[in-house]
Amino acid sequence: MNSRSAALRRCFGLLWSSSGALFVAVLAVSSATAQSAGENVPAGRHSGYDSMSRETRAMQDDDAANPGTLWVLDGEALWKQKTGSAGRSCFDCHGDARASMKGVAARYPVFNASRARPVNLEQRINLCRTDQQKAPPLAFESRELLALTAYVGRQSRGLPVEIAVDARTRPFLEAGREAFNRRLGQLNLSCAQCHDDNEGKRLAGNLIPQAHPTGYPLYRLEWQGVGSLQRRLRNCLTGIRAQTPVFGADELVDLELFLMWRARGMRVETPAVRP
Amino acid sequence: MKPDGTKQTTRREFLLAAGGMVAGIAIEPATAATPIGASRTTAGVAATLQAIRKIVGDAPVNKGKVTLDLPELVDNGNAVPLTVRVDSPMTPTDYVKAIHVFTQKNPLPDVATFRLGARAGRAGVATRMRLADTQTVIAICELSDGTFWSGTADVVVTLAACLEEL
Amino acid sequence: MPRALITIPASARRGEIIEIKALVAHEMETGFRRTQYGVVIPRNIITQFVCTYNGVEIFSADFHPAISANPYVAFSTIATEGGTITCSWAGDNGYSHTESVAIRVG
Repeated sequence: MNSRSAALRRCFGLLWSSSGALFVAVLAVSSATAQSAGENVPAGRHSGYDSMSRETRAMQDDDAANPGTLWVLDGEALWKQKTGSAGRSCFDCHGDARASMKGVAARYPVFNASRARPVNLEQRINLCRTDQQKAPPLAFESRELLALTAYVGRQSRGLPVEIAVDARTRPFLEAGREAFNRRLGQLNLSCAQCHDDNEGKRLAGNLIPQAHPTGYPLYRLEWQGVGSLQRRLRNCLTGIRAQTPVFGADELVDLELFLMWRARGMRVETPAVRP
Repeated sequence: MKPDGTKQTTRREFLLAAGGMVAGIAIEPATAATPIGASRTTAGVAATLQAIRKIVGDAPVNKGKVTLDLPELVDNGNAVPLTVRVDSPMTPTDYVKAIHVFTQKNPLPDVATFRLGARAGRAGVATRMRLADTQTVIAICELSDGTFWSGTADVVVTLAACLEEL
Repeated sequence: MPRALITIPASARRGEIIEIKALVAHEMETGFRRTQYGVVIPRNIITQFVCTYNGVEIFSADFHPAISANPYVAFSTIATEGGTITCSWAGDNGYSHTESVAIRVG
């Protein structure tokens, strides 16, 4: 994947510098083949994994060295723990997660009928806890919730992201797309301006990724711990000096939905390691 | 004390470093300006030399045998993968007793000490360390014959662009 | 939930050099960080790591604050016989944790 995407990027760069007309032609072709008109997905999509140093990539690839493994192991233990007034564990309904949870995280966020809107994996786990286990919901970014999402996410590792686009999800997807392209904050920047228009360039010495959330929850070296996509989104919003919605806010889940759809077809990497 | 808060390198310290009392280790004086917002505490030349002396005593430190595998530009200073390898046959009579790692521009000079022995089979150890600033990392190994050998590696460290509140 | 992971090869030949990877969950608070209000966050680190092979110490390490959070160390040993490899971590505030894995040597 490394050399292929690097080759694509070089191709793209060559076209850009050599001829403006050629560039427009390539863009037109890529737009036509894209599933939805008007989006600005670069011709070659690549994961943030490709931009990391050899050493950090090795940290992600080796389960024995990947700190995220510790959270996955915690999740594995929690999966079997009976809880709530119903005295049920995840295992009691779902059995072996390696079978029942395979491919699940790759489809999230998913439309939830009882909420009449898409929910992310964290919210879905909490719905299970309150409705089925009769237990209090786990706090966002708590170790337990991160461990369970890491464990469930791990069961999708290597599988392609697949977001269902239908009459029910389309309005929320459009809301997420609109948020991605909207200028925000005191710095008046949109996600698209960095992650579409300037990806591959550097911001204060750090490489700007295309921002495909294929590895969440992930171990971020900056956090020295595992965190969710929403934690990362709130970091970005703090960075552009915008107000940060609370964890679980509708606008964050809509944005998650759009970002995962934008990453469709890319492989899940959970638990990833990122700078 | 210099205006930016870092300790002025005294003539004695500079001579110690330059005069080769700890031969083979390139430790530059802490004269670089501290970037705005970065930690103002750096160990400095004297503290690093003192930490090394504490381990090595009066023995000379030879340059060689020790290789550090570190990224030249780190992804994040919080977790920098480090592998130290020593050129040693690791036989019961010729082996590595210990590997000591030091930095100069972290708040403290000591990073870790790893104790091996002939049973290790291979003279190498890997870990992840924190680096506060662009600097040189120093590894000193102690062999079974009581001699000390050193190696160094230079690393560039930048701050993350979008930080969250602590 | 103290969580540690020791990884060794599934099996080894007698005399083979094997790699042992030890990972443990710990924040390794350096004692140099401050909150946004300027209050120092007290130091809380793992200071000692010891690995024994059937009760005999084969590797040990002293950690200082410069070792990253969730400390990781990889080292090697010669597979001499089947038995148990035990890793112990100890540190500030009375922290201690031990984890063992079985080693199969043929």
